[in-house]
Amino acid sequence: MEPIVAVLVGVLMAASVYLMLSRNLVRFVFGLVLISNAANLLIFAGGGLTRAAPPLIASGADLPASGVANALPQALILTAIVISFGLLAFALVLAFRAYQELETVDTDAMRVAEPREDAAELEETPRSGDRTV
Amino acid sequence: MAAASKADAPVPLFSRLIVLLPATLFVWFLTFLPEVSGGAVLTWKVSWIPQLGIDLSFMVDGLSLLFALLITGIGSFILLYASDYMRGYPQVGRFTLFLVSFMLAMLGLVLSDNLIALFVFWELTTITSFLLIGYTHEDAAARRSALQGLFVTGAGGLAMLAGFILLGQAAGTYSLSEILANPDALRGHADYLPILILVLCGAFTKSAQFPFHFWLPNAMAAPTPVSAYLHSATMVKAGVFLLARFTPVLGDTEVWMATLTIFGAVTTVYASIIALTRTDLKQVLAYTTVMALGACVMFLGAPTRAEGGDPSIGLIAAVTFIFVHALYKAALFMVAGNIDHEAGTRELSRLGGLRRAMPWTFAAAALAGLSMAGLPPFVGFIGKELLYKGALAWPAEPYIAVAAIVAAKVMMVTVALLVAVLPFFGAQRDLPKRPHEAPITMWIGPIVLGVIALFGGLLPDLTAETLLLPAAAAVMGYQPDYEVKLWHGVNIPLILSGITVATGALIYAKRATLLAALSRGVAALPLTGDRAYDKVMVWLAEFAAWQTRWLQGGVQRRYILVVFMTLGAALAVTILVRDALVWPLPQVSANFVEWGVAALIVAATISTLLADSRLLAICSLGVVGAGVALIFLLFGAPDVAMTQLLVETLVVVIVAIVLLKLPDFRGEKRPTSAGRVRDALVAGVVGVCTTLIVLSVTAQPPQRAITDYFEENSVPGGFGRNIVNVILVDFRALDTLGEVAVVAVAGVAAYALIMLRPRRRSGKRGEETGT
Repeated sequence: MEPIVAVLVGVLMAASVYLMLSRNLVRFVFGLVLISNAANLLIFAGGGLTRAAPPLIASGADLPASGVANALPQALILTAIVISFGLLAFALVLAFRAYQELETVDTDAMRVAEPREDAAELEETPRSGDRTV
Repeated sequence: MAAASKADAPVPLFSRLIVLLPATLFVWFLTFLPEVSGGAVLTWKVSWIPQLGIDLSFMVDGLSLLFALLITGIGSFILLYASDYMRGYPQVGRFTLFLVSFMLAMLGLVLSDNLIALFVFWELTTITSFLLIGYTHEDAAARRSALQGLFVTGAGGLAMLAGFILLGQAAGTYSLSEILANPDALRGHADYLPILILVLCGAFTKSAQFPFHFWLPNAMAAPTPVSAYLHSATMVKAGVFLLARFTPVLGDTEVWMATLTIFGAVTTVYASIIALTRTDLKQVLAYTTVMALGACVMFLGAPTRAEGGDPSIGLIAAVTFIFVHALYKAALFMVAGNIDHEAGTRELSRLGGLRRAMPWTFAAAALAGLSMAGLPPFVGFIGKELLYKGALAWPAEPYIAVAAIVAAKVMMVTVALLVAVLPFFGAQRDLPKRPHEAPITMWIGPIVLGVIALFGGLLPDLTAETLLLPAAAAVMGYQPDYEVKLWHGVNIPLILSGITVATGALIYAKRATLLAALSRGVAALPLTGDRAYDKVMVWLAEFAAWQTRWLQGGVQRRYILVVFMTLGAALAVTILVRDALVWPLPQVSANFVEWGVAALIVAATISTLLADSRLLAICSLGVVGAGVALIFLLFGAPDVAMTQLLVETLVVVIVAIVLLKLPDFRGEKRPTSAGRVRDALVAGVVGVCTTLIVLSVTAQPPQRAITDYFEENSVPGGFGRNIVNVILVDFRALDTLGEVAVVAVAGVAAYALIMLRPRRRSGKRGEETGT
């Protein structure tokens, strides 16, 4: 199963990078969701995959049965899921407020902090949404 | 000068008292003389970073003691001199602090026994000299000179650090005394050439060798006490000191000899020519300093043993000349400062007839000038004879060495006459000030240095046995059996000396025509180091601007693109370099359900990418999250799966709520098709590299050491049977606390963003619509 998960991580990673590179803030947020899933799967695969044997200790025993799943990556992922949820919630609110203030979700037009110096930037950007200049 | 108006201001007491510091140190170092001249090497050590082999350790041998005595001895006179010279300057306290800091850094440099500590002191001298050159910081030229000195010597210093680290790795120790104890280990080492080049970069920039010489004359923007101290006797000698220090381990190879000889000879001849074309007294002296440094470097290129195993006269000459030059150059700079201070100008063309008004200064100038010209019985004569003898004994092409040093020395005689005779004889011309003698504090130093130069020559045995030969022994790596004498009888060096003095005097007599022609020739030089420096600085600034524009273009996509391109490149290079490619691909063992879940995730991901409507994209995201949760469930992580499913549900709901407030995909701005191809390429590279990394990681059995610990201690230590839970709330409880804090902060921040709207902005918006 590890090679399949490896390909899954790659696909999720590529999709999230592509989404983050788009000009639309909404798609950027989608990329953020995908990249945290990719990262969690990566950690999970890194600890080795064990089918249907949760890391539990039977009552009366001091040690788990041999061959249970690796507990460490699970603990790490649990933390990561919650943190990435916090990050996502904050990013969403930021996107929402940015839209309210700037009335655009086009990241190329969001240039309040770093105003345009010259025209020779990435690609031609319409300046209609740029209310600050 | 600026000081003229306030010349009668009182001298602060501290600037007099501080003289006691170097004077005491000087006396203390004198007490080392008997032991060290007997061949002893004293060391003293405090561990600093023992794990890295970096110690604060000091070593006193002949070479470092010679430098320590010069630094503290001349330093005492300089501080005494500065106490009067700087009278009326603003912030004398700061100046004194800089000068004393510099002195201590320089002492640390020459006494250091550890390469890293030596580098630290080396850079401290760079920084303090930057502060001193730029002392008159209202002056743009002074600022430029200070920055130039900092850049040139700082860049060389960094190269030298790299060389030191290579050297320390090659030798297996950073301790200088240990490296010197095993002198043959490095010459045959594979890294010898890189070490040599990097160390030479440091030494040549610091000691102003051609083509890095230009910063030194510019550094004359500093007040004269600084020039007299840093740019004659101490800081610029640091590079020479470094070369001398490493001669036993790095020297004696063909590349060492050739490089030092060529750079030194070119520098010494070039600088002595330029010196003659200058009319500012300090500029003339500055170029003769470059000339002297060139001569020192050139003679340090001599082999450590002459043919037949006799002691190397070239190295003895180099050490002697370091001593001779420090004495007369510090004295002459102080003389130049006196003339400037009391007559109001340093222009040679305006000076003359000062001998009656400034008798003591004249006496000092005469003593130092005679030593500089190399006339008997001064120690300068011994130095010059040794240089000629050393050049005659050169292993390859001695005539080139002789020609270079004789040419330089001829011009030295002329310069000595220009500096020590021209301002004091002839008719007194119109001067900005009515000249009068400087206070005793300002002429006692040069007089004493001149007298030392005289007695050093009269008592050659004493000078050589106590100071020069022990220092030469440290450079050569063995005790030389050599007798330094004032009078060797009539021999080739003496004849050369006669020719030198006569030619130098002749040039002086005919200076009106000769020097004018020389100046025209020099002015026609197409590219000087100074102008090249300007070009490099402009180019550097343009490069920085271009790089900033490219990396920080102000467009969010550009930042993300740079980050992921870097990530992709780093992953790809790592995979290739560490040979982490897994091939052939491992067998895939998966059942029907697992294949199904994987296919579901891929399909949902593609659907997210291609979705035209926001709702479809959000639903696809939810499917991806649920698929990942299924993988967790299938592979023994029910807790994780549960959390993932809960969070994923929340994510879908929240994203859906927020997105309804944002515009939909209709009419959205997309990158151009070329841009999208580039994005896809970067994304593809990152994706493929990630897959390869995961493949390579999972091909190894996982490291279970930490897991084993948790499994063994879960019940006895944490009293829990769900190991994941015990890890979260017990073993790594602090992490969990941090995680909770992060979520809380994110929640508070999100709440604040929504609730706290700046009133000012909405008001402004109302105005805008109103107009």
